[in-house]
Amino acid sequence: MDMSVINSYIPLYRDALLLTLRIGWQGVFWAFIIGLGCTLIRQLRIPVLRGVVTVYVELLRNTPLLVQLFFLYFALPKIGIRISAEVCGSLGLGLLGGAYMAETFRSGLDNIAPVQEESALSLGMSRYQTLRYVIFPQAASASMAGILANVIFLLKETSVFSVISLMDLMFTAKDLIGMYAKTIECLTLLVMFYLIMLLPVSLLGTVLERRLRFAEFGN
Amino acid sequence: MENEVLRIEHLHKEFEGNVILKDLNLTVRRGEVIVVIGPSGCGKSTFLRCINALEDIQGGQILLDGHPVRRDAKDVTQMRQKIGMVFQSYDLFPHKTILHNITLAPEKVQKRPRAEAEKEAMELLERVGLADRAGDYPRQLSGGQKQRVAIVRALCMHPEILLLDEITAALDPEMVHEVLEVVVSLARLGSTMLIVTHEMAFARAIADRVLFLDGGEIVEESSDPKAFFTKPQTPRAQAFLKTFDYE
Amino acid sequence: MQSLGIDVLLKGSNFLRLLTGLWTAVRISLISVAISIALGILAGMLMTSKSTLVKVLMRVYLEIVRIMPQMVLLFIVYFGTTRVFGLNLEAETAAIIVFTFWGTAEMGDLVRGALISIPRIQYESAAALGMSETAAFRYVILPQTVRRLIPLSINLITRMIKTTSLVMMIGIVEVLKVGQQIIEANRKTSPNAAFGVFAVVFLMYFLICWPVSRLAARLEKRWA
Repeated sequence: MDMSVINSYIPLYRDALLLTLRIGWQGVFWAFIIGLGCTLIRQLRIPVLRGVVTVYVELLRNTPLLVQLFFLYFALPKIGIRISAEVCGSLGLGLLGGAYMAETFRSGLDNIAPVQEESALSLGMSRYQTLRYVIFPQAASASMAGILANVIFLLKETSVFSVISLMDLMFTAKDLIGMYAKTIECLTLLVMFYLIMLLPVSLLGTVLERRLRFAEFGN
Repeated sequence: MENEVLRIEHLHKEFEGNVILKDLNLTVRRGEVIVVIGPSGCGKSTFLRCINALEDIQGGQILLDGHPVRRDAKDVTQMRQKIGMVFQSYDLFPHKTILHNITLAPEKVQKRPRAEAEKEAMELLERVGLADRAGDYPRQLSGGQKQRVAIVRALCMHPEILLLDEITAALDPEMVHEVLEVVVSLARLGSTMLIVTHEMAFARAIADRVLFLDGGEIVEESSDPKAFFTKPQTPRAQAFLKTFDYE
Repeated sequence: MQSLGIDVLLKGSNFLRLLTGLWTAVRISLISVAISIALGILAGMLMTSKSTLVKVLMRVYLEIVRIMPQMVLLFIVYFGTTRVFGLNLEAETAAIIVFTFWGTAEMGDLVRGALISIPRIQYESAAALGMSETAAFRYVILPQTVRRLIPLSINLITRMIKTTSLVMMIGIVEVLKVGQQIIEANRKTSPNAAFGVFAVVFLMYFLICWPVSRLAARLEKRWA
């Protein structure tokens, strides 16, 4: 392995990492917001919108992100909707993640005993108050492990961004291999940079899961 | 009737084609303690749940202070504030401390000032002997302690009537007493209560009136609990009470 | 309004070509799932092994798979092996190796989860009935484990199919690639074909994955 090659490539990988992180976390942010919105619609049982949420969740969960990005980036401009590659990346990730988050929140909610809702109602709380003060806080802690798994999944999925010509880590690695054929160096850097991006989140997930499992409220 | 709190007229409840409650009629006066007994599946829990509008009803009406209680009505949350309920399973909110379990609804629903709600909550906790646990979380309490808190939580809303749904059924036997004692003291203070229970000795001691429910209808009603428990009039009540004897 | 590309798909053998591309993706995932399930059962048993060393090794394996994007693994196996071993791996073989490596770890974790989710009391009551350890495993534990596993393995199939879309990045001509070729070939006559073609590819994936995940969800509910 040629250290001087590695050293000269590092700045390129660093820029790629920053781009990946920026779009990745934007995507995670949108995923969270969309997931919450879907959950609220489902829980408040808003007609019509509920149906839309179901279709959205099923569509996005049953197709690959790669195909979704192709559609957003190459197909939509043909009907006059033009989005920049960067927006396309974070939007695509957000839409995919929103569907996954919605399902995670739902399973968190399903784990809360019905009597929790009933006792809140019997105290005279409205449906909204019941959700806000009683159900959501419990669901959030029950979903924490799932939420972090989704975050890791979404950050991993950023690896397909190169298809819409975003200069992310994969793009950089592929580009450099193509130009200078320093395959080993390029792949080593690729692995290292993905570790830099994902290892902290994964560790955080392990720590949080442990704490949630062994130290629930009141320990 | 002047001091009538709750009036139930021709209450009819079905679920998926099965009749669960048929033509129930009941009037509860202020300060009265009514105990509902009957075999499992007789509809007594559903009866309480209907009164708190947790279930849809298919016929009849429920009037609290002359005002209808309906699940689909706009004012259902206002009506529920006047009806306290305690469930069989420990239903405290696990993510809130004991004190906040009690003050959540007074603060958010009744918009009472926090200091005032907390002061009352502490007084009530004092009464049930749990003031020192105010800062704890539910899972640090025993089942009996949790049920006492659940009662306090309902009381702090100043309900017109309190519904207790088999509140000792999930408890270890040695904890039953501490919970029932609280209920007895409430009765002495003049609380209006509708109680579903399997504790016959308790029912006999506390009831002003006993309802025996079987197959979704009131089979026997007695305003003399002593007489009812020693000499029930109907064969079905006799058979039911016999199941508690081991001779 | 110009055509949005549906007509392009109806031209000649274009639609058939698209389906062939789809089959390439599905074939790769089915082969990978089949091997993953077999190896995954083994991996799951190793994960519940009594030996700490084995458990740690399996844990590291699982974490690597969980953290590294499949795309990266695909690049390593496809481009890396050529350089290091001078092997000229076919793209499809590389894809199957990577997806199996990934699928085995995921399946192993599912098997581990299913095995440890059987309550201790089940083993004890089987023993109390006088069953031998083998009999208990065969008649009591295994049927319960399998029931829990079937819906989860079916889910793995849809995840695998979705992941296979990545193989276009190492030059395999699957459905997206075919789509691009069709769009390219018809650039002059229908410049807007991208819309129709990619919409159809999107729907194709959905029509394959959706029924499978519905089935998994139904089985999960029934056997929960």
